[in-house]
Amino acid sequence: MNLQNLGAIDCDMHPVVPELKALVPHLPANWREAVESRGIPGFESNAYPQRAPITARPDWRDDAGAPPAGIDRYRKAVMDRWQLGHAIGNCIYGVHMVLSEDMAVALATAVNDWMAAEWLDADPRMRASIIVPWQNPERAADEIDRCAADRRFVQVLMPVMAEAPLGRRHYWPIYKAAERHGLPIGIHAGSAYRFPVTPVGWPSYYVEDYAAQSLGFQGQLGSLICEGVFSKFPNLKVVMIESGVSWFTPFLWRLTKFWRGTRSEVPWVDRPPLEIARDHIRLTAQPLDAPDDVETVGRIIDQFQSDEMLLFASDYPHWQFDNDEVVPAGLSAISIEKMAVQNPLATYPRLRETRL
Amino acid sequence: MEKDIFSRLAPRWRTHIATVGMLARQGFTQEMQYPKGQPMAVRRDAFPPGGGMPGSDLDFMRAQHLDPNNVQFGVLIPLGAAQSLQNIDLSVALCTAINDWQVEEWTSREPRLRGSIVAAYQDPQAAVAEIHRLAGKRDFVQVSLLSRLPNPIGHRSFWPIYAAAAEVGLPIGVHAFGNGGWAITGGGWPSYYGEDMMSHAQTSQSALASLVLEGVFERFPTLRVALIEGGLGWLPSLRWRLDRIWERSRDELAHLPRPPSEYIRESVWLTSQPIEEPANRQHIAEVIDWIGWDRVLFASDYPHWDFDDPQRAMPLPLSRERRDRFFLKNALDLYGIPHG
Repeated sequence: MNLQNLGAIDCDMHPVVPELKALVPHLPANWREAVESRGIPGFESNAYPQRAPITARPDWRDDAGAPPAGIDRYRKAVMDRWQLGHAIGNCIYGVHMVLSEDMAVALATAVNDWMAAEWLDADPRMRASIIVPWQNPERAADEIDRCAADRRFVQVLMPVMAEAPLGRRHYWPIYKAAERHGLPIGIHAGSAYRFPVTPVGWPSYYVEDYAAQSLGFQGQLGSLICEGVFSKFPNLKVVMIESGVSWFTPFLWRLTKFWRGTRSEVPWVDRPPLEIARDHIRLTAQPLDAPDDVETVGRIIDQFQSDEMLLFASDYPHWQFDNDEVVPAGLSAISIEKMAVQNPLATYPRLRETRL
Repeated sequence: MEKDIFSRLAPRWRTHIATVGMLARQGFTQEMQYPKGQPMAVRRDAFPPGGGMPGSDLDFMRAQHLDPNNVQFGVLIPLGAAQSLQNIDLSVALCTAINDWQVEEWTSREPRLRGSIVAAYQDPQAAVAEIHRLAGKRDFVQVSLLSRLPNPIGHRSFWPIYAAAAEVGLPIGVHAFGNGGWAITGGGWPSYYGEDMMSHAQTSQSALASLVLEGVFERFPTLRVALIEGGLGWLPSLRWRLDRIWERSRDELAHLPRPPSEYIRESVWLTSQPIEEPANRQHIAEVIDWIGWDRVLFASDYPHWDFDDPQRAMPLPLSRERRDRFFLKNALDLYGIPHG
C-alpha cells in the first residue's frame, strides 16, 4: 500500500472527548451548573467501552491505556505518517443517547464548538461532522444552519440506531437542511439504545453488540430507500461509516428482489434500490469485514460493480488493522487513488473548495 | 386452524382462544403488524378447489407442487404465532396439537413428506418432553424454532432443547419469524411490509450470532442448525465480521477456543428461499462458494406468495454434482434420509 503523495482523505477518524470537563466551557450556564449540582459523570457510550479492544488500537492508546485524546497523537500516528491531505472528525460522544432533547441540544452545540476550537483550529487539514440533536429534528436543523456557516464542517452525523428508522418523514427537516448546505448525512455505528441492538433481544456479550451494528445499517438502508428520502432529496448523499461494507451488496440484491414484489406500497421508489444506492450511498472502507486474501477481497469489490462507493478511512483510534495496513489488500493502485482522493472529493463538496 | 388444530385442544384452551384470542406481543387482533403483500401471504392460486386454506389439502398440494416439481422429499414447517405466544401454557398445548396434526393429516399419508417438531421453546422443559415424545417416529426430521423471542436463542435457558436435539440426533431448524415484542430493527419499527420482510434476514443473523457467541456449538458439538427463510447472501459477511471481532476479543470470549467461522462451517445449514438475485448471476455462485456447496438447501416456501420456483430458484447452470446437492442430497444428508 502506498498512500504517499496522494494527499489521502481520512473519511472517518474519532476525536475523543477526554472527559465531560472538556465540554463544560462550551455549555450554557444552566447546564454548566447542572453538571456540577447533579453530579453528571459523562456520556461515554457502551457501544465503545473504553477498555474494549475494538475501541482503541493497543499502540494508539495513551500511557494509562485510555483511548487517545488530542490532535497531536492523531497527527503522529496517522495524519503525518501517511501524509494525509484532509481528515474528517466524527465525534461519537454519547449526545445521541441523551433522552432529553434540551440536554441534547446543549451537548451537541458544546461538542461542535469544542470540535472547532480543539481540532479544526489546530490543523488546517482537519474537517468535522456536525453533531445534531436528532431527538428534535427542527432543532437539529437549527444546529446545522448554525454550524454550516463554518465551511470546515463538511457532514451531518447521525447514529445508526435512533428512536425510529432514519428514513421516517419525522427526520426529513434534518435532510432538508443538510441538502441545502451541500452536506452529506454520515450515519455512524452506535445506538441510542432505545431498543435492543438486535431484533431478537438484548445480547449477553459486548461482541454481539458490535456485531449487530452492521445489521443496524441494513435496516437503515432499507428505510432510507423505502421511505423515499432520495426521491425527496435528489442531491443528498449518505455515508455509512464503520458499517462493515461486505454486507452491502448481498443486502441490496435482497432489497431489490423484495422491492419487485412489494413496490406497490412504496410507489415513489421508482427504480431498483440497487441503482438508488449506487447514486446516493457511500461507505467508509474500515472495517471491510473481509478476509485478508487478495482474491476474496477482489471478488467482494467486483460485486459492488462500482468503484465510486468506497471512501478511505482509518477509523482511528478503533482497532481495525495493524501497522500500516490501512488499505485493504486486494485493491489496485487506481482503486486506491479513487477511494482515497476522488471519491471523497465527489462525496463532500466542501472539500473541493480548499483543494485544487 | 379452527377445524384442524383448535379442535384438538382441551376445552379450557378453546374457551381461552374464543374469549381473548392468542396474544403475541403485538397489538392487532387479526394479523401481524403489517398487512401482507397478498391475503395471508399466500399464493392466490394455492387455495384448494374443495375449500380451506392453502397448504391444508394434501391432494391439492400433490397436484400443484409435489408431483409437477418432482419433489422427492419435503420438510413441513407449520408456522404461525403458536410458538411465541404470551401465554406459555397455551403455546405448549398448541404445539402438541400441531405436531399430532402433522402426523395424522400429512406424514402418515404421504411418504415424501416429513414433519418438524414444533417446540414451545419458551418452556424448555415442555419442549424437551415433546422432543422425546416424537423423536423416535419416522414422521419427524427436525425440531423447529423461530428466530424471534424476547431473548436471543443462544441464551442458556434454551440449552436443554439443544441438549435433547443433540441426544436424539435431530437438527434444529430456525425459521425467520416469531413475536419477541422487540422492534425488528435495532433502530425501531419500520413503516412498510417490504422492510419487515427484509428484516427477517437480520433476525436470522442475530440468532446465528447468539448461538455461536454464547457457545452453543462449543457445548454441543454434534448439534446441527438449519437457518430457514432468511436467504443466504449475508452469511459470508457476518462470518468474516464475527471472526475479526473474535480475534480482537478473546478475553470476553474465553469460552470460544475456535473462530466463529469454524463452528458455522461445521454446524450450520441455510435454506435458499428467498434466494438473492444479483444482476450478474455468477455472483450467487461466488457467495455459495464462500458458504460451502454442501451447506445450502433448496426451499420453495410453498404455498407462500414469495415462493421460489425450483425451475428458477438457481438461475445459473450448475454441475450435476452441485445441482444434486443443492436440490436434494444436502437435505437428505442433514435430515438423515438414506440415499444412494
